[in-house]
Amino acid sequence: MTPLAAAANENLAEISNYLIYSSMAVYMLAFFAHIAEWTFGSRSKVGRTAAALTGAKEAAAAGAAATAPAVQVRGKGGATAVLDQPKVTTRSATGARDVPDGPGAAGGTVQGDLYGRIAVSLTALAFLIEAAGVVARALSVQRAPWGNMYEFSITFSTVAVGAYLVLLALKKNIRWLGLILVTTVLLDLGIAVTWLYTDSDQLVPALHSYWLWIHVSTAIFCGAVFYIGAAGAVLYLFRDSYESRLEAGRTPGRFRSSILERLPSAASLDKFSYRINAAVFPLWTFTIIAGAIWAGDAWGRYWGWDPKEVWSFVTWVAYACYLHARATAGWKGRKAAYLALFAFACWIWNYYGVNILLSGKHSYAGV
Amino acid sequence: MSTTDKATTETPDPASPAPDAADSADAAAGAQLSTAPLDDSPTGPAVGIGVIGWARWFWRQLTSMRVALILLFLLSLGAIPGSLVPQSNVDALKVADWKREHSSWVGVADKLQLFDVYSSVWFSAIYLLLFISLIGCIVPRSWQFVGQLRGRPPAAPRRLDRLPAHTTWRTEKTPDEVLGYARTVLRGSRFRTEPGKGHVAAEKGYLREAGNLIFHVALIVMLVAFAWGQYFKSEGGKLVLRGTGFSNTLTQYDDFKSGTLFDPDDLPPFSFTLDRFDATYEMTGPQRGTPRDFKAYVTFSDGAHGTPQKREIQVNKPLVVDGSKVYLLGHGYAPIVSVTDPTGKVIFKDAVPVLPQDANLTSTGAVKVTDGYKDKDGKKEQLGFNAVFVPSFAGEGMGTMFSQFPALLNPQLALNAWHGSLGVDSGLPQNVYRLTTTKMEPFKDESGQPFKQKLALGDTMTLPNGAGTVKFEGIERWATFSVTHQPGSGLALAGAIAAIAGLAGSLFIQRRRIWVRAVTGEDGVTVVEMAGLGRSESTKLPQELAELAAQLHQQAPSAPDPVEETPEGERG
Ligand code: HEM
Repeated sequence: MTPLAAAANENLAEISNYLIYSSMAVYMLAFFAHIAEWTFGSRSKVGRTAAALTGAKEAAAAGAAATAPAVQVRGKGGATAVLDQPKVTTRSATGARDVPDGPGAAGGTVQGDLYGRIAVSLTALAFLIEAAGVVARALSVQRAPWGNMYEFSITFSTVAVGAYLVLLALKKNIRWLGLILVTTVLLDLGIAVTWLYTDSDQLVPALHSYWLWIHVSTAIFCGAVFYIGAAGAVLYLFRDSYESRLEAGRTPGRFRSSILERLPSAASLDKFSYRINAAVFPLWTFTIIAGAIWAGDAWGRYWGWDPKEVWSFVTWVAYACYLHARATAGWKGRKAAYLALFAFACWIWNYYGVNILLSGKHSYAGV
Repeated sequence: MSTTDKATTETPDPASPAPDAADSADAAAGAQLSTAPLDDSPTGPAVGIGVIGWARWFWRQLTSMRVALILLFLLSLGAIPGSLVPQSNVDALKVADWKREHSSWVGVADKLQLFDVYSSVWFSAIYLLLFISLIGCIVPRSWQFVGQLRGRPPAAPRRLDRLPAHTTWRTEKTPDEVLGYARTVLRGSRFRTEPGKGHVAAEKGYLREAGNLIFHVALIVMLVAFAWGQYFKSEGGKLVLRGTGFSNTLTQYDDFKSGTLFDPDDLPPFSFTLDRFDATYEMTGPQRGTPRDFKAYVTFSDGAHGTPQKREIQVNKPLVVDGSKVYLLGHGYAPIVSVTDPTGKVIFKDAVPVLPQDANLTSTGAVKVTDGYKDKDGKKEQLGFNAVFVPSFAGEGMGTMFSQFPALLNPQLALNAWHGSLGVDSGLPQNVYRLTTTKMEPFKDESGQPFKQKLALGDTMTLPNGAGTVKFEGIERWATFSVTHQPGSGLALAGAIAAIAGLAGSLFIQRRRIWVRAVTGEDGVTVVEMAGLGRSESTKLPQELAELAAQLHQQAPSAPDPVEETPEGERG
């Protein structure tokens, strides 16, 4: 028997565990900071959505201009001032509600905003700690840290938070996601350390391949970003029904209003979710193809309807269905959002359900 | 929304490109930005139009986006049962187990072809309809697209300010000068331009449509490749003992499956001998015993009389020969057993492969002595032994024959001895790893119990009544290989790559039109208007328009404004 190439470095593995626990603590703080953000933000005057929907067009225009001084809404055919640069006027589509985006969790209040910033900083800190934990885990086993479900889970949440921070850094309007994201990350890590934990170790021979790096990394990345898209779709559904209530002249409950009022408009959330999903879809296609090539190398057939393969396929077709729905007039909006959620549910099931409940060739889950 | 990107959040509804559908002249400008079929709500065929009318109606339905959507959704739902119910082409044993456990369901499940979902009538119907729909969709769209490539960007709509992105300013340049600059600017950004009366029309992003068509065609290519592979594939398995060889002909395989159109003459001629097999296992920790590395060292000859070469085969690294691949699938042990007859003559000596039953390679098998045995009375008989082999026995008093570790730490072989007729001459195919004892008698020990004994390496057991001896001489290794020939995988890969490229084009490129109009206003100053229209949802259109406007503005700067008017809309 030949000695093992790389015995797991127990020290590093332990350090990794400490880092993961520390990041959970910091995420917890970020969670409380977000709660404070939402709490203090609620003191602000909200209700612009209602104004935009029920009030005169003037109010809407005023609302839009207030949030967006960079855009000047110009009169048709009217004369213009001497400009340094021509200014572009945009028009929304017919049928879309002309609703401004909400002010965000902080509700435009200074205190809320302060807590929000603290929350984001803590999230960034927790992200760094968690990422270090993932790297330490990888070093301890001297391979890609994606050999079992515990490792998938810690990488998954790291990537989701990373994507969120990148979008924030790109100045995208995404801070509304903070609380939900931090909550689910805590949930994910909690499940990972409690039920999925596996001591750091080597891989079974079927996983010895550079395709592990390619296929598994893109799979995790797609899942994490699809998650963000799905969160957008859920919020869209809430916000959309809120807006249509207002439109119908009804008054939603105060708590509900207070939360939903601060979110971006339904149209923005819908578009956000679509863009995320559409951008990841080609990568998901690639992931499946890479997996097929790997299966061809490891098992002698590139597609064999193994449960994992079946559910990747189902997820893929469901997302394709969603993209088609968006291109078909009658299926936009809520129906498309339900499809997106169905597709994401398939992804999650493929990850937890198939790994734990169904057995197949992919049963290296190590739980 | 944050303050910075408000201007970019409002983009047009792709299905109704012109903001005001009532304005049909404007609608024309947005038409043909895509080749997507119109989503007309389905109405039945007019009464009395007969079979052809119905057929046309059916075809229109089938090729509509709505039906494509429904079929896609059905496809995703239809794939699900195959992951929940075992499939006979994947694991026939599991199917049998499932049938035993759910006996009341078997009838229904069989009717619904739940054990063969992916070749079932209903699943095939879904994807065939989808692909017919797809072809019916691609063909007209391709023609339309070619037409659009040949055509020119359409003339500017009457009211540019109604388009999703719009800008205007006044300049002292003449309209012709402005339009000249505009063409240069637009061409500089690789727009296709077309001068019109008092305006320039420009369009860009045709690759979106091309990408979309390529993607859908690539899907068909992949399906064809997959079907091709199914019909012509072959897959055979072979257990090879260390020191022995295999040559690629049909008769040598232990089991062989092939597609309906496969021809055995297509098997490429090659052979190899297994020289060595190495397995490494986790020695410590909670995953002790988990395999880490398997390697088979072979001497391989290509063709009927090729020169032998040394090669290694690993789990993820098959040996590739002329379109076929040789995979390392499994491995195990083969105890070497020798048997003597009552006179002490060795009548059998062989390595007998036993099949692993668990991860620690507790293995079972059968030793069959078919020839050469005569009992004490000189009567011809056959001997059979049920064998349980454990590479790492827990130790005396530790009970059961279950291996503690997959490597050979403490190998033990337990044998049950039988005599009589093995039944191998009956002509029925026999499992070499199992004894058929219907025509056999167990040897009995003194107490009349069936005779069995556990042997360590080198041990000999004596059969009751001087019937002979059995010696556990040594241990050999074996590895199983699967030789697969899967035509069409190159085509499938090409399709896959084209699909991803097409998809990226389709999703990341946006097709859009820009118009620049320059006319002399009432006061003799030129009014420049620019507007853009995109088909897909993108933030970039207003930004792009602003950048183009800025470039044009450099060459045609704003004229001083008449003072008396204030722009409206800046109240907020
Ligand atoms: C095998 C099944 C199919 C799959 C997996 C599939 C997948 C896709 C995907 C991923 C897109 C990109 C979405 C986008 O550009 O926004 C798309 C677009 C499109 N598909 Fe399919 N499709 C399939 C079948 C069909 C069929 C049968 C039709 C025709 C009825 C069709 C017509 C279209 C059209 C017109 C678009 C363009 C939509 C747009 O430009 O936004 N597809 N398809």
